[in-house]
Amino acid sequence: MKIGVVTFPGSLDDRDAQRAARLAGAEVTPLWHADSDLHAVDAVVLPGGFSYGDYLRCGAIARFAQVMPTIVDAAKGGLPVLGICNGFQVLCESHLLPGALTRNQNLHFVHRDQQLEIANAATAWTSDYEAGQVITIPVKNGEGCFVADAKTLDALEAEGRVVAYYQGGNPNGSLRDIAGITNERGNVVGLMPHPEHAVEDLTGPGTDGLGFFTSVLKALVAK
Amino acid sequence: MIDTVKNAESTSDEEQPYAELGLQDEEYARIKAILGRRPTQSELAMYSIMWSEHCSYKSSKVHLRQFGDIPKGDRMLVGMGENAGVVDVGEGLAVTFKVESHNHPSYVEPYQGAATGIGGIVRDILTMGARPVLVMDPLRFGDADHPDTKRVLPGIVAGIGGYGNCLGLPNVGGEVVFDPSYQGNPLVNALCLGVMPKDRIQLSAARGVGNIVVLLGAKTGRDGIGGVSVLASATFEEDGPANRPAVQVGDPFTEKLLIEACLEIFDAQLVEGIQDLGGAGLTCALTETSAAGKSGMVAHLDRVPLREATMDPTEILASESQERMLAIVTPDNLPKVLAIAEKWGVIATAIGEVVAGDRLQVLWHGEAVVDVVPGTLADDGPVYERPMSRPADLDALQSASLPPYPEATKELLLQMVASPNLCSRRWVVEQYDRIVLGNSVLAWPEDAGVVRLSEETGLGVALATDGNGRYTRLDPFAGAQLALAEAYRNVAATGAVPIAVTNCLNFGSPEDPEVMWQFAEATRGLAEACTALATPVTGGNVSFYNSTAGTPINPTPVVGVLGLFDDVSRRTPMGFQTEGEVLLLLGDTRDELGGSEWAWALHRHLGGTPPQVDLQREKVLGEVLVSGSRDGMLSSAHDLSDGGLAQALVESALARGVGARVVLPAGLSPFVQLFSESAGRVLVSVPRSEELRFTEMCSARGLPLTRIGVTDGTTLEVQDVLTVDLDELRTAHESTLPALFGPLAGATAAAPAAPALP
Repeated sequence: MKIGVVTFPGSLDDRDAQRAARLAGAEVTPLWHADSDLHAVDAVVLPGGFSYGDYLRCGAIARFAQVMPTIVDAAKGGLPVLGICNGFQVLCESHLLPGALTRNQNLHFVHRDQQLEIANAATAWTSDYEAGQVITIPVKNGEGCFVADAKTLDALEAEGRVVAYYQGGNPNGSLRDIAGITNERGNVVGLMPHPEHAVEDLTGPGTDGLGFFTSVLKALVAK
Repeated sequence: MIDTVKNAESTSDEEQPYAELGLQDEEYARIKAILGRRPTQSELAMYSIMWSEHCSYKSSKVHLRQFGDIPKGDRMLVGMGENAGVVDVGEGLAVTFKVESHNHPSYVEPYQGAATGIGGIVRDILTMGARPVLVMDPLRFGDADHPDTKRVLPGIVAGIGGYGNCLGLPNVGGEVVFDPSYQGNPLVNALCLGVMPKDRIQLSAARGVGNIVVLLGAKTGRDGIGGVSVLASATFEEDGPANRPAVQVGDPFTEKLLIEACLEIFDAQLVEGIQDLGGAGLTCALTETSAAGKSGMVAHLDRVPLREATMDPTEILASESQERMLAIVTPDNLPKVLAIAEKWGVIATAIGEVVAGDRLQVLWHGEAVVDVVPGTLADDGPVYERPMSRPADLDALQSASLPPYPEATKELLLQMVASPNLCSRRWVVEQYDRIVLGNSVLAWPEDAGVVRLSEETGLGVALATDGNGRYTRLDPFAGAQLALAEAYRNVAATGAVPIAVTNCLNFGSPEDPEVMWQFAEATRGLAEACTALATPVTGGNVSFYNSTAGTPINPTPVVGVLGLFDDVSRRTPMGFQTEGEVLLLLGDTRDELGGSEWAWALHRHLGGTPPQVDLQREKVLGEVLVSGSRDGMLSSAHDLSDGGLAQALVESALARGVGARVVLPAGLSPFVQLFSESAGRVLVSVPRSEELRFTEMCSARGLPLTRIGVTDGTTLEVQDVLTVDLDELRTAHESTLPALFGPLAGATAAAPAAPALP
C-alpha cells in the first residue's frame, strides 16, 4: 500500500508524515507540488507546515498548486486524503471540506500535548479507534481556530462528520471544540492536531497517533 | 552623485562623516593610509562595518585567544574563525553549532529583531554545509512587571516562534531570566545546531580565477543599514528605542526555500565556497570570501536584485536584508546551481567573478566604487588592549551580608516557585514548535534539549545553555565557570557525554574599564574551566555595549554545552517516573546563598560571593550520570541550580505528577538545605533494585551522596518542615507568566504527560 505525502514549498512536517506512514507499515511515495501525477498512490497526506509562508491566507496559495486538481478529483472519487494542520487548511481552501481555520483565539501560536475525543471512528483514517476513545497527540498552530456558520456546524454534528473534539481545554477557540472533520463519504479527513508526531514513545507523548495511519491501510486492504 | 574611486582620488580633502558611522579619528586616518587616498563613500561604509566591534572583535580579540589554547581533543574538525565550529560525532556525521546575540535589534523592534536573530544563526549553520535541526533561545529581560518588559517580551517570544516555527526547526530549550539590569537592554541570544555528512563541510574561501560569484536568496532592500556598525556597536541613550530602519525584516518562508536549495546544491557538490549574508550583508560576504581565498574579485552591484530601484551602491553594500547567501561556483556548474535555485523558487544571480590579483573591486555600472585589498577589511582591523579596572563597588558587594535566613515553610516554597525567575516557562515555550522534524527526544522543561540524529542507530546530541549574571557580577571569573559547570551538568544529567562548548559573551561597553575587567576575568575563567573539563570552545560571539544610560548589564556569559549520545533511547528525563523509588542527592550542600535566587526574589539583595566551583567534582558527577544512564540505573536526574533543592524537587515532581517524601539529614538548617545553590549537585531517582549498584558506583568514584527520601503520592512532603499538594504547587508555579502577559489559549489544558520510558 502506497501513501503519498505532498511537499509544498514551506511544508515542514512532510518527513514526519512519511515516517508515520512508514511506521504504520505503508510504502511511502513523496509527491511534489509541481507534479500533477499522483504516481499511483493509494492514499494522500497533506502535511503540516507553512506552505507558501502562509501568505495571503493559510492554504490559499497551496490550493492552486499543480498537484491539487488531481488530488481534488481523486478525493471526489474516493481516494483517502488526510490533511493535517496546514493540510487541513488546504482542504478547506480547496472546498473538499467546509469551514475555515482562522487565527487562534488569543492570537498566539500554541503547541501542547492535547487530548482529543474521537467522535467518528468510521472514516478511512479513524477506523482503528473507537468512538468516544480519548487520545493524546500534539497540537501546534497559530491559525487553528475552526469556524463555520451555525447551519454548517449543525449539519456536521448531525451527520456525524466531526471526527474529533478537543478535550481538557480548547487550544485555539475552535467552535464547538471541533478538532477535525470529514466529508460525506468519510474518505477526506482534516485534523488540526498532529497524529504523525505521536507515533514513537521516544519522541512523542505516546503512540496514540499511529491509528490514523494504520486505519487507512486497513481500509485499503478491505477494498 | 556616486562617489567613485576616480572621484575620491581627485577630491582627497573632502570631509567625510566617519564619526557618524562609528569610526574613531585614528581608525579613519588608518584607512586613508591603507588606501593612499580618502575612501569612497562605499569604502568608508565597508570599513566602518568591518572594523566595527561587532565584526572585528577589536576589543575582545586579545582575550578570546585563550579559547584557542584549549586542547582541541580529537573531535574538532573546524574551530573558531569559520562561521561556526564543526565537531565529529561519529557514524560519518558532523555537527556544527553556535550561539549569537541579537540584543539591540530586539530592543528596538522586538518581533523582527528576535525573528532575524533566528534567521541569522540558522544561515551561519547552513553555510557550513549542515542541515539545521534545532534552535534554542537564551533570553534575559528586565523586571517581569516592568512596562518595558511588557513591551518587548511578547514580541520577542512571538518573533522567535514566528520565524523558527515557519522554518520547521524545533526549539528544544533555552532560558528566560528577569533582572532589572536588562531593563533597557534585553538579551536575545539564539543558538542553532546542524548536522551533515563529514565530507559535506563547506568553507567560505573564494578561489579559482574565473569562478562565478552568485548571490542567492532574497532581493536586497534598505532594511538593516547600519545594523552592526551603529546598532550593535554602541550603547542606547536614555531616549530609548529609535532607529527602527536599522533592524532587518525577516521572511522565514524565503529562508526555508534557501535552506532546501542550498542543501541540494551542497549534496550535488556544486559550490567551491559559500558565505551567508548576515550582519554587514554583502560587504562582509564579498570581503570574507575573497580575503579567505586570498583572491581577487570583481562584483557588479548593478546586477544585484533590488527591492527599491533607487538604492545607491553604498546602501546595497551595507544592507542587511535577510535570507541571502553568496556562493562561489565554477562556470561549468553555474547552470546546475541556477536550475536548483529555480526549482525552489530562489532568486540566483551571477554578480561577479574571482579574478587574478589580490584586490576586491566593486563596480557600479562599470565604474569602480570600491578598490581595496580585502584582507585590510577582514583581518587588518584595529586591535585594542582596552584599559581595565576592578569595579570600585566589588569589595562592598562581596562583603555585603545576606538578609537573615527565614524558617523553611510551605508559604516560602510557594512564593519561591511562583517568583519570576523560578516560575514555569510554559507561557513562553508553548509558543514554540518543539517537535517538528520528529526527532526531539527531550525538550523544555528538561535540563537539556536532546535530539536524535540517526533513526537507525539512535545517535543523538544534547544541548544546554546557562549563564547567571548575578554570579558573574559578584565574581566574573567564578561566574563564567559556574555557567559552564551548570550547562555541563545539565547535559550530563540527561546521560550525554559533554564534548564541546559555544558561548555568547554579553557585556557592557568595552570602553568602560570596569566592564573590560569583567570581560577579561570571565574569559580567563571560562578558558580555564573548558580546559579542566576537556570541552573545547568551537566558536561563539561577543556582544558589547549592552547598557542603557551608562549602566552596564550584569556581565552575562551564556555558555552552551554540546553532549553526545550513542543511543538517545538511554536518555534520563528530569521528572520522577513512578512511586516508590529512592531519591538521592549527589554532591555536597554548603551554606551558599550569595547571589542566590532566594536573596534576590525575596529581598532584591545582590551580594556576597557565588557558590564555590569544583570542576573536578563536576567531571566525576558527569561520569556517574552518564554511566547511570547507560546502564539503566536512573529513572530521573535533575540538576540543582537556581532555587536549589527545593526547586529541583518541585520541578521533578510536577513533570509527571509524582510526589515525594523527603527527610533532610541533620546538620544545616532545612532552609539552607532547601534553598542553597551549591554547585555540583544533582537530584536523582533510582529504582530500589538499582540502589545498591548505583550507590556503590558513586562511592567507588568518590562522589558523596545523601539518601533524602522516596517518590510517593501526590504531595511534596519535607518531613517536619512542610507538606504541599502538587496541584497547589502547580497552580503557584504556572500562574505567574499568564498573569503578567495574558492567557495563551482560551482554556487551560490538562498537564501533558511526560514521555514514558521504554
